Amino acid sequence: MDHIELSLNQSLDHCIKCNVCMSACPVAAVTDMFPGPKSVGPQAQRFRQPGQPVPDDSVDYCSGCRVCNEVCPTGVKIAELNARARAQIVAERGAPLRNKIIGRAGVVGRLSSGPHAPLVNLGLSIKPVRWAIEQVMQIHRAAPLPAASSYTFRSWFKKHQPTGTARKQVVYFHGCSTQYYEPHVGKAAIAVLERNGFEVIIPKQGCCGLPLLSNGDFPAAKGRHMYNVEHLLPYVRRGIPVVGTSTSCTLTLKEEAPELLGLHSQDVKDVAAGTYDIFEFLRNLAEDGELDTNFRPIKRDLPYHPPCQLRAHRIGRPVLDVLGLVPGLHLAESHADCCGIAGTYGLKKEKYQIGMDVGAKLFAFVKGADSDLALCDSETCRWQISHGTGIVTKHPIEILAEAYGEG
Amino acid sequence: MQTISTDVLVIGGGATGLGCVRDLAMRGMRAVLVEKGDLTHGTTGRYHGLLHSGGRYVTKDPQSATECAIENAILRRIMPSSIEDTSGFFVVTPWDDPDYGDVFEANCHKTGVPVQEISVDEMLRREPALNPQISRVFEVHDGSADSFLAAHTNARSAREHGAQVLTYHSVVGLIREGDAVVGATVEDLRSGEQKRIDCAFVLNAAGAWAGKIAAMAGVKVTVVPGKGTMVAMNHRMVNTVINRCKLPADGDIIVPIHTVAVIGTTDIHVPDPDVYGIEPEEVQLMLDEGEKLVPGFKQHRALRAWAGVRPLYKDQDVVNDRDISRTYKLLDHAQRDGVDGIISMVGGKWTTYRLMAKDAVDEIARRMGNTQPCRTADEVMPAPDFDHHSGNHAGEGAPSLYWLGKHLAAVEQEHAYGDLICECELVTRARMQAAIDSGAKNLDDVRRDVRMGMGPCQGGWCIYRTTAMLYEQRTAQPGADAIQSSTFTIQHANAALLHFLQERWKGLTPVLWGDQLRQARLDELIYVNVMGAHRLRSHAEQGGGLVTDHPEVATEYVKA
Repeated sequence: MDHIELSLNQSLDHCIKCNVCMSACPVAAVTDMFPGPKSVGPQAQRFRQPGQPVPDDSVDYCSGCRVCNEVCPTGVKIAELNARARAQIVAERGAPLRNKIIGRAGVVGRLSSGPHAPLVNLGLSIKPVRWAIEQVMQIHRAAPLPAASSYTFRSWFKKHQPTGTARKQVVYFHGCSTQYYEPHVGKAAIAVLERNGFEVIIPKQGCCGLPLLSNGDFPAAKGRHMYNVEHLLPYVRRGIPVVGTSTSCTLTLKEEAPELLGLHSQDVKDVAAGTYDIFEFLRNLAEDGELDTNFRPIKRDLPYHPPCQLRAHRIGRPVLDVLGLVPGLHLAESHADCCGIAGTYGLKKEKYQIGMDVGAKLFAFVKGADSDLALCDSETCRWQISHGTGIVTKHPIEILAEAYGEG
Repeated sequence: MQTISTDVLVIGGGATGLGCVRDLAMRGMRAVLVEKGDLTHGTTGRYHGLLHSGGRYVTKDPQSATECAIENAILRRIMPSSIEDTSGFFVVTPWDDPDYGDVFEANCHKTGVPVQEISVDEMLRREPALNPQISRVFEVHDGSADSFLAAHTNARSAREHGAQVLTYHSVVGLIREGDAVVGATVEDLRSGEQKRIDCAFVLNAAGAWAGKIAAMAGVKVTVVPGKGTMVAMNHRMVNTVINRCKLPADGDIIVPIHTVAVIGTTDIHVPDPDVYGIEPEEVQLMLDEGEKLVPGFKQHRALRAWAGVRPLYKDQDVVNDRDISRTYKLLDHAQRDGVDGIISMVGGKWTTYRLMAKDAVDEIARRMGNTQPCRTADEVMPAPDFDHHSGNHAGEGAPSLYWLGKHLAAVEQEHAYGDLICECELVTRARMQAAIDSGAKNLDDVRRDVRMGMGPCQGGWCIYRTTAMLYEQRTAQPGADAIQSSTFTIQHANAALLHFLQERWKGLTPVLWGDQLRQARLDELIYVNVMGAHRLRSHAEQGGGLVTDHPEVATEYVKA
């Protein structure tokens, strides 16, 4: 057992039962179905034994938002312990069909995007259809499903003509949501990167595997991660950074997949070290005096929610730092723990209401901001915020592109 | 003075005494057991919990090995809820004589200890934390045993067969008429009241204290109290019992038991079984030896350290206590010393307690003309009430050995997360209540029953909760027992809280570094800074049916 593995398993030893995670957990606060991070994490872990039946199911109600990790004063890797415990349940009993499907965001996206997307979207907007899906698939009838795009991001990029002269190269990891649902986010990212003198390379890539990780299918997630490592590694080895607009994809590449799956090879470590959230990357440029700050003023006050998955990067609030450079633009941070969707969690029939209750504080903040636009780095969170508030929610990169006059 | 009349008075509420009283009762003899503390207050409650395969003794003590192998199979059958089938490995590490492996295997065959060599790969597959430099592995039938639960299981069975079990009754003196012992005077430590017990036989099963009891009859029995120090680690880094494949030495066993892994032991002669300390070098030795079996062992969290005193019987001169046989000896004092009416059962080990009881009771039965056969190997014993829930994945009512997830599975089934009094060891309000109701005389008794306070926080969160439950129970239902009467006050509850805090603290001081130091600091903040427990002494009072600070049951830890 190597040192990293030991430190993850052992981190339960650091728990002093102080209950800080119990009072911070947004899920435990709204439902009795989830006993709380301490209870299902370091506490329950002492009673789980490989090769024996999994004694508890409650851990499946952990949304994986990582608020517990954020607040733990002694460094217990609670969310990881929970994710691994869930994977143990899936390994033992298998996953329901629903989880197998929503865990494969890429496959679902590929099937629904394209010229027939309007038809798919129309179908999903019909209430009896959603009712039927709920009956068959246990996906809640009201849960926010994204609208499929009539073209994919990569098909657009193939035809895209770079503007300006490139001095440097960067790899863009678009993730499934940009590819199949929100190509405009990718377009904004390309515009911003090219504006700053980068040639943007988009190598072969697949789903980061996070939906599989959060649904406990570790073997499949491992395949996804190793595929991405294989295709990103040649660039990383040449010193070309990898940036992503999906903050959960970049977190998975950086940390979640290696830690949860116990992947500690040098290749995996190098890709992790070479991956950046796009605003983290832009902030680094700004700090080095290399960011083009020739912004058009945008006189707006916008509510901004830094999602759990961004906070788990432990990089502060790069969006606030970078967008703070745009004249006239003021962002108000939500200070809410979680929007409640947690990737695929809030889609599930039995967890939808929990997700909505978790998000209530954030929804109130966004609605109270008196704005027709909100910002958030993570796609599923944006869909949830829009669902919970009726207010359009964009990726901050879109505003930045706008400030460059590219929007 | 109250007088109790019986056939046999058994002295000592450890495994041996309880095995004896059960056997006596099952054969139809009247029997009373007295124990100065709680059941298992002595060595039984302070051992590492290994159900021996016998492998440890195959070379130096073959008789013990064979006895262990036979009894191991019997105990699994008669008290399944007290035993976990962990299996065990004897491993040859780079620090061990590589030639001993063959000797070990041959001696296992000779002594009837089932053994099978497995590959190192197979070992690492099953126990990935073990040292990959281990060169040979032999699998044996080790298990881990809950000696508290086993004691209560035996006591319950004994009571159901008509025996009387009196805890917190200390022997003040044996009554001798001429050349015979005819009874004893005992003191009820809760009230200070003395009682006389008349009997045909005294069965001295006082373990490390057997010499003290024998002296009361005017006979000399030399029991060498051999202190063994153990350290419990916060979680099980292995799920199989791990033994070093070498001649028995210090720190060469890791036992996964319940939620913890226990490493033991040392073997140090102490003059008095009630007075001993835990030396820093002993703890260091455990960690160093643990590191050889499980690399990184020292980085795991140590929960607490404690020691038990082995009741080694010394009937010849041996230089090293490790050379004293682990087998047991029945001393017939009529023959040996010319004093009738008393026999002593000395030496032995937990795994062979039933056999020891059988031999002792066979002798008494012969002398009393009782011809009933011993049936203790055949009857499966019921578990005590505080262990009621089965959490049994094999199906309701199906006998199954204990498994680690049992209590967690039960909490899940009962949706009892919100009702946990001891969170670390998952003791629900209902189980805690059952333990208190079963006649606890202090919080340490509750701990032994349900493991309250034995987890990582060492009572930080459960001591005050349990104290409150004890107070509520004793004031709401007074008079369930004449002594635990209506006079129970908050001062008595306070004394119970202070007593248990002190008991927990004793085991923490030897391991105060890293995580456990951090925990102790939080616990201090809870009890001292928030609750002001340091001012509680003046609001605490002994009594109310509890025994919280009696010199007879105080284990005196001597500072190194």
